[in-house]
Amino acid sequence: MTGLLAAIRPDSWNFPLFIHVLGAMLLVGAATTAVVTSLATVGASERDRMRRFTFRSLLLVGLPAYIVMRIGAEWMYSKEFGDTDDDPAWIAIGYITADIGAVLLLIALVTAGIASWKSKSGLGKAAGLITAIALIGWIVAVWAMGAKPD
Amino acid sequence: MELNDWILALHLLAAFALVGAEVIFSIQIASLWGTESTARVTSFVTLSRVATAMVIAGTLGTIVFGVWLAISIDGYEVWDGWIIAAIVLWAIASELGRRAGDEYASAATRAGELAAAGTESSPEVAAAFGASRGFWLHVATSVVVLVILVIMIWKPGA
Repeated sequence: MTGLLAAIRPDSWNFPLFIHVLGAMLLVGAATTAVVTSLATVGASERDRMRRFTFRSLLLVGLPAYIVMRIGAEWMYSKEFGDTDDDPAWIAIGYITADIGAVLLLIALVTAGIASWKSKSGLGKAAGLITAIALIGWIVAVWAMGAKPD
Repeated sequence: MELNDWILALHLLAAFALVGAEVIFSIQIASLWGTESTARVTSFVTLSRVATAMVIAGTLGTIVFGVWLAISIDGYEVWDGWIIAAIVLWAIASELGRRAGDEYASAATRAGELAAAGTESSPEVAAAFGASRGFWLHVATSVVVLVILVIMIWKPGA
């Protein structure tokens, strides 16, 4: 089934798929960076700097990567499914994790921004936890994109 | 779901771990660019360890599950041109990445030693976290990984 699907994928789907996958990979990298740096213990002199680093990772890499991933996803969806109403489960998983992930990413971004601005350690850790929840969802989405459950 | 679907999912997850780690290293390199601060460098030790674990899992996972897929999926063979190209590039990326990792690990260890000895800033650290040999090896690794991704999606000749 997998081989059949890969073999019959039209060439015109490749670029949108590339955009989607590349955006998602950048997003996973940026989110993992934010989770680790906001939850890891660092020396007192570096805490403020690491909070800024977490915020900037989400703002300058995570958010643009999410937008690129989502544009690629919609482009790919329009080519593969068009106006079909009956989406398979893996598409539903992708949309749910992307939509909830977007909300969590924005909350984490605002929280990390305030933590960085006001030097709030607790808020910084909260941003890391929120990003971690989003990241778990996106990892489930990666599994679904590969395994393609019906 | 069939076994091949699971193998593809694991191959994809491994690819995300590998590229995700490259992204982490890139963000880290950009953030530490030209820094002389030994404390700044040592504060990234945990992130480096996580990224290194992701690289190892991703490197092994992509090749094991990728070759498994090539064998088990009808219509693909391990000796297909695009698969051989991807395997060769995977080997090149692995070696380039290993060398880049060694360069940055040595620099981070040195920064840790200097920080422990009470040295707050060092031009030696700044040189290692600028346009160093490690940096160019990292750039080369990232380019090769990107080419592998292009090959995996376009499958030229398949």
